[in-house]
Amino acid sequence: MAELKYAFFPGCTVPYRESSYEISARKVFTRLGVELVEMPDANCCGLPVDPADHELMLALSARNLCLAEKMNLNIITLCTGCATTLRKVNKMMKTDKMIREKVNGYLKEVGMEFKGTIEVKHLVQVLNEDVGFDKIKDTIQKPLTPLKVAEHGGCHLLRPMKIMGWDNPEDPKILKNLIELTGAKCLDYIDEPECCGYTVIAIDDNVALNLTREKLDHIREVGAEALITVCPSCHLMFDVNQSRIERIFNEKFCIPVLHYTQLLGLAMGMTPDELAFKELRVDPSRILEIVKK
Amino acid sequence: MTEKPAETSKNVKPARVDASFKHEVMKEHDGETLMKCFQCGTCTSSCPTARFSDSYRPRTVLRMAQLGLKKKVLEGNTLWLCTACFTCTDRCPQNVEVANVLRVLRNLAVKNGMVPIIYRELASSINDTGYAYRIPELRHKKREESGLPCLPKPNVADIAKLVKKVGGSKLLNKEAT
Repeated sequence: MAELKYAFFPGCTVPYRESSYEISARKVFTRLGVELVEMPDANCCGLPVDPADHELMLALSARNLCLAEKMNLNIITLCTGCATTLRKVNKMMKTDKMIREKVNGYLKEVGMEFKGTIEVKHLVQVLNEDVGFDKIKDTIQKPLTPLKVAEHGGCHLLRPMKIMGWDNPEDPKILKNLIELTGAKCLDYIDEPECCGYTVIAIDDNVALNLTREKLDHIREVGAEALITVCPSCHLMFDVNQSRIERIFNEKFCIPVLHYTQLLGLAMGMTPDELAFKELRVDPSRILEIVKK
Repeated sequence: MTEKPAETSKNVKPARVDASFKHEVMKEHDGETLMKCFQCGTCTSSCPTARFSDSYRPRTVLRMAQLGLKKKVLEGNTLWLCTACFTCTDRCPQNVEVANVLRVLRNLAVKNGMVPIIYRELASSINDTGYAYRIPELRHKKREESGLPCLPKPNVADIAKLVKKVGGSKLLNKEAT
């Protein structure tokens, strides 16, 4: 197999609030023989300011694409928001001459030019398309057999379809199959592709928390012992905000929320400590007991 | 859940219509799909926010934009309740770029001086640090302790130059009115 090497785009939310995702992802990739190269000059992908200023998003995003072009490496990112944004801008700049010329005009100011030589992939896409299921299967040392979990891919993992388009957002399968490689069972639940609400929490927390609460309710209903996410923002909603939701709605969920890389790492035989389980807000000890049996 | 306050009687003023507004929207990238909307309501019925908000309905917003109710569309928080999940876009039978049209409308709200404070904070943080959030020193230390490599330290002078060039300075805190 060809050597797998990517420019690692950290984004903002992972280093700011969700380093357990990065710690576990790096360990898992090392085990899979995937090399991550740092991008020392990377900036925000631009998505946070897109609602306010689309042009600014384009310029910020394109700057990152240029950095990876200079490294001659495809980008990998752990955040679905960064993935959909960088992919979108990459595609727009490659296919729309007018946009490319306009944004290149901005980039000229900082001595850069977009050439269109690289691709951008989310972690799940890299595992599915480049690493492959067989290779992952080979690294499983400790199948998590009795464990029953649910998945929440997050909107930007698969939407908009014409930018992401590598799995069906209405009935996603790939993340589920990746979860089942670890030996855990991935349960179906109502409205699986529904949004967690993270993006509007600063505008109207009532809407955002209601959305997350409803999902937690559906997940609890099917008896999932943990929720698996692949996006730092979704993880914030389900893990960090879970106790707040319990308080506001006067309910108890106690559903541990793991990054997929933490689940995979466990199945690879790594310890909860190595995978930064202690950074999780919802106590995961119950599932660690199940896995130990 | 929320109780609406009783309305006091007042003279009803007809809404101001700006017939050129739709052209303003359609001039922007993806905004041109606005006129393809035939009001089926697939967007609103697919919208996560619409289920929990009293005010946000993507179909209604698009109709108001088509009709030229500029002020009504651009003012207030409603427009900012879109989670950008893109479910509406993916399901639209007319291939309207619903989420992107809504983004164009929010961009126009900003051009008309309406910027929610959170976006000023995000833009200012990017301008000053390269990151959407001001990552505290403690985080950098913790990264080191957990064996993570140093975070990128982007060239903030270049980023500020880009922000200025693009016309993003209007978003920054220091220019807030």
